[in-house]
Amino acid sequence: MKPAPFVYHRPATLEEAFDLLERYGPEGRILAGGQSLLPALNMRLATPAAVIDINRLPGLGAIRLAPEGLVIGALARQDAVERSPVMAQSAPLIAQAMPHVGHLATRTRGTFGGSLAQADPAAELPACVVALQATMRVARRAGTQEIPAAQFFRGIYTTALAPGEILIEVAVPPIAPGWRSVFDELARRHGDYALVGLAAHCRVSDGAVADARLVFTGVGLAPVRASRTEAVVSGRRLDPGVLAEAGRALEGDLDPPADVHASTALRRHLARALLTRVLTRLVGN
Amino acid sequence: MDTSLEISLTVNGVPVRRRVEPRLSLVDFLRYELELTGSHVGCEHGVCGACTVRVDGELVRGCLMLAVQADGCRVETIEGVAGTGEIFDLQQAFAEENALQCGACTPGLLLTAQEILRRNPRVDEAEIRRGLSGNYCRCTGYHAIVQAIRKAGAGRAGGTR
Ligand code: FES
Ligand code: FES
Repeated sequence: MKPAPFVYHRPATLEEAFDLLERYGPEGRILAGGQSLLPALNMRLATPAAVIDINRLPGLGAIRLAPEGLVIGALARQDAVERSPVMAQSAPLIAQAMPHVGHLATRTRGTFGGSLAQADPAAELPACVVALQATMRVARRAGTQEIPAAQFFRGIYTTALAPGEILIEVAVPPIAPGWRSVFDELARRHGDYALVGLAAHCRVSDGAVADARLVFTGVGLAPVRASRTEAVVSGRRLDPGVLAEAGRALEGDLDPPADVHASTALRRHLARALLTRVLTRLVGN
Repeated sequence: MDTSLEISLTVNGVPVRRRVEPRLSLVDFLRYELELTGSHVGCEHGVCGACTVRVDGELVRGCLMLAVQADGCRVETIEGVAGTGEIFDLQQAFAEENALQCGACTPGLLLTAQEILRRNPRVDEAEIRRGLSGNYCRCTGYHAIVQAIRKAGAGRAGGTR
């Protein structure tokens, strides 16, 4: 299908973008990488009066090391993030997740911030920034505001972004000594949204998990932190008994929805299998 | 209300200036305005890869970019890329390995294959398959396509050793 007609604007500054967001209100949609918005326009699931293309706003595509950690500009292309040499060092969780985000020819356009602001419940990057306790920097006319990643994702396609606000960058705190990351997911085909994904960021000491942050994607309306499971594995060596106990705790953490891709029971089963796989890799390497 | 905008860009090295409606996708612009019908349209929502083109040297989905967004850009289609001889070896390998039947997917696959080999001519089979995950072929089957890309890659890696 073809999109319904709309007016196109390409603001050159954030101020202009705020003007346009104010002018159109809910009838204006921000266009970043467009790899989710364009399908929605083409299928007429979205019919905004105006498309506000922020791709040429200056200075929002950089990836840089700052005192507060690794700062990733919202307009950094996913492919640039994937190939950035600092990523493996400063945010290995994101580096591992990146190849799972869409396909080669969507990552060249798709943006890091776009994927977060879109908040697809099965997307990889929201789970990663929650596990890394990243900070989301949001601009509005009155100034910039910082929102912890854990408070940013509110539900399906829903974030803490208020009307008139634009996500401009994400700060990932420095990786403290002893912390390790593993991302993995299970999907029917490579590049599909995950049936279940797990972003694990844990402190490993002496072969045992000392601190655990386990954030699942694809099993709820937003990233789900598996806190009961974290409590079970924390401070323990991962023998088969502990892994089985963790798997049982996970039942209490997750209440996955059923959809055309997988039933609730299948998602639970896959989440358990993925948990074992990820934790084993985490303490093993 | 006339919402159309004037854009100027280069397509396969040729400067182009046109007025377009904002809702026109890049691939429809190429096909209907410029009659470059080598870029195909399958799903129109980013799944099949038939519409793959290059914008400023990057592989993109022509159905997931608006023509107005290509204003000021350098666009290359299969016609241009094949015309320069850049992918001659890949085209030849596709023919030799029977890596196409109806050809609906082929322009997108060739451009994707070229990007995979440009990034790493010594790419292994698993990496080729990951790279092709966003391109559907509904008749040939992927085995012959993967073989053709490996063959072209081996030729390039050998040539630069
Ligand atoms: S037509 Fe663009 S991906 Fe299918
Ligand atoms: S050759 Fe027909 S779809 Fe690939």
